[in-house]
Amino acid sequence: MSTSRTVNQKAWFMVLPVLVSVAFSAIIPLMTVVNYSVQDILGPDQRVFVGMEWFRTVMRDSELHAALYRQLLFSIAVLVVEIPLGVLVAMAMPRAGWRASLALVLIAMPLLIPWNVVGTIWQIYAREDIGLLGHVLGILGVSYNYAQNSFDAWLTVLVMDVWHWTPLVVLLAYAGLQSIPDVYYQAARIDGASRWAVFRHVQLPRLRGVLLIALLLRFMDSFMIYTEPFVLTGGGPGTATTFLSQYLTQKAVGQFDLGPAAAFSLVYFLIILLCCFVLYNLVRADDHDGAGGQR
Amino acid sequence: MARIEFIDVAHTYANGTPAADSDWALQPMTMTWDDGGAYALLGPSGCGKSTLLNIISGLVKPTRGRILFDGRDVTHAPPELRNIAQVFQFPVIYDSLSVRGNLEFPLRNRGWKTAEARRRAEQIAQLLELTADLDRPARGLGADMKQKISLGRGLVRTDVAAVLFDEPLTVIDPHLKWLLRRKLKQIHQELKLSLIYVTHDQTEAMTFADRVVVMSHGRVVQEATPEELFERPAHRFVGYFIGSPGMNFIPAQWREGSAWVGDVPITTQSRADPDAADIAVGVRPERLEARTAAGPNSVPARVLAVRDLGTHAMCTLDVDGARVRARLPDVADAAALTHLFIPPERSALYAVEWRLP
Repeated sequence: MSTSRTVNQKAWFMVLPVLVSVAFSAIIPLMTVVNYSVQDILGPDQRVFVGMEWFRTVMRDSELHAALYRQLLFSIAVLVVEIPLGVLVAMAMPRAGWRASLALVLIAMPLLIPWNVVGTIWQIYAREDIGLLGHVLGILGVSYNYAQNSFDAWLTVLVMDVWHWTPLVVLLAYAGLQSIPDVYYQAARIDGASRWAVFRHVQLPRLRGVLLIALLLRFMDSFMIYTEPFVLTGGGPGTATTFLSQYLTQKAVGQFDLGPAAAFSLVYFLIILLCCFVLYNLVRADDHDGAGGQR
Repeated sequence: MARIEFIDVAHTYANGTPAADSDWALQPMTMTWDDGGAYALLGPSGCGKSTLLNIISGLVKPTRGRILFDGRDVTHAPPELRNIAQVFQFPVIYDSLSVRGNLEFPLRNRGWKTAEARRRAEQIAQLLELTADLDRPARGLGADMKQKISLGRGLVRTDVAAVLFDEPLTVIDPHLKWLLRRKLKQIHQELKLSLIYVTHDQTEAMTFADRVVVMSHGRVVQEATPEELFERPAHRFVGYFIGSPGMNFIPAQWREGSAWVGDVPITTQSRADPDAADIAVGVRPERLEARTAAGPNSVPARVLAVRDLGTHAMCTLDVDGARVRARLPDVADAAALTHLFIPPERSALYAVEWRLP
């Protein structure tokens, strides 16, 4: 007994490299933020413990509330548009042959473009004077100007995100659809199922797992959106596209309000953690349920 | 329910018409499946059983030929318009539905009223002993249960032309397999459905079916009752494939209007003269009898090995250079044996592959 215990203790050294790297990449920065969130740090030797003061400030900051509200609305819009659209596109894609390969390459293209470039592309594309989209809309008589109209700016960021990230949902859904054995479709035909019934009872249940993952990824990513609206309008017009991460940056780097910024970083972090926790458990519950039934 | 007719039906998975007969996945065949019959499609893997089944259900469209249901041409009709139910080798269930929902699914799709669909689903659940689990979600159940649900979905419709089973008991454990097979037989008698059952297991085919269709290399070699297949195999393949061990085929020569094994003339059921030089006497190991002296229809035999199986002895013998298996009542018979008697009414001549009438 005692020998095996000794061996087990030595094994801890094996995890040391991971522990060190995680400490420097995650734990220490996070603790620094915690440090800032409970103190008022004026200089290297001037620090006052303020307890929950910054958290109270943050909770009463109406601008921050607006940014959070904007952010939630945006993330929900992203999910509501991208998930169904991704599934629809995946179902419309060819199942095999060179057409399938071609479709996959074309669909995956936006995923290869960096965030800031996406912002720049759409910034130019949607300009009324030189951009193709903006110009065409102008000719058609649609009043559209993302630099002046808040809604137009918000919509442009949404369209941009949909263009950039729906392909991810498509790829996941496509892989999920491909993994459904043919015999399920055959059985559904024999059972006289309509197209809708096939979707509802054959395809959707079997896409549940991948769609939950898509939901998780798209929620996390869209909740942290920064580069695209920053490149497009810098968060404007006004604060129309100032989402959480940008507001936070303005507070921390722009106004140097490190205390409140740190406090809100933690709240921000906890919101994402909570959402991921819930989704992760849904995914796991799904795997667990399916385990007995998979063949 | 319907009478299903195949008129010169053939199928190939390749493009164009195959040059040789053997290139067909299903060689041209004409056959009638009677209304209310229990058929088994028996043959080794890759012999075209599943292709034949999928042609009946409409999942595969035959390369040529016509299919009639009660005289109506359905060759080009898709599965949903054919009124066919099919149960596949692996369980197919609808994860999002309960056991009840799964059983009702084919009925709901066809516009049955809620109450009627419910009553029918409960009736089928009772037959398959699923009543206790009706309201459980179908996902997460074991493979056995899932396959029972699949069977139930196949049997739930009352108006089907036929229910097709594609090796449905593969994933079921042996004990339950035996129960379900009996259950299917019972359901067949109660519901009077036409059943077509694909299997590579002769016991399964023989116990389940009224008529067995034996297939080999995409060709139907014999369609007969289980008893006929055993007693009068039309083709050497049927002789080998049915029975354990398979039928003996003792090479023979044709001279002076009779078949000879070595120096012994052999009389069999066959009356016709063979049209080929390659002939053999076919006789089941169960039908051979031990003799201690020469006599009519008795060939000299030398015992090579004896296995005592308690109720009988399984012998391997040498007859005129050919290896022959015989099932004898007792080990003592094998020890004393010098000749094997081939009962004329239990044997036949085979020219090349086919039995002579």
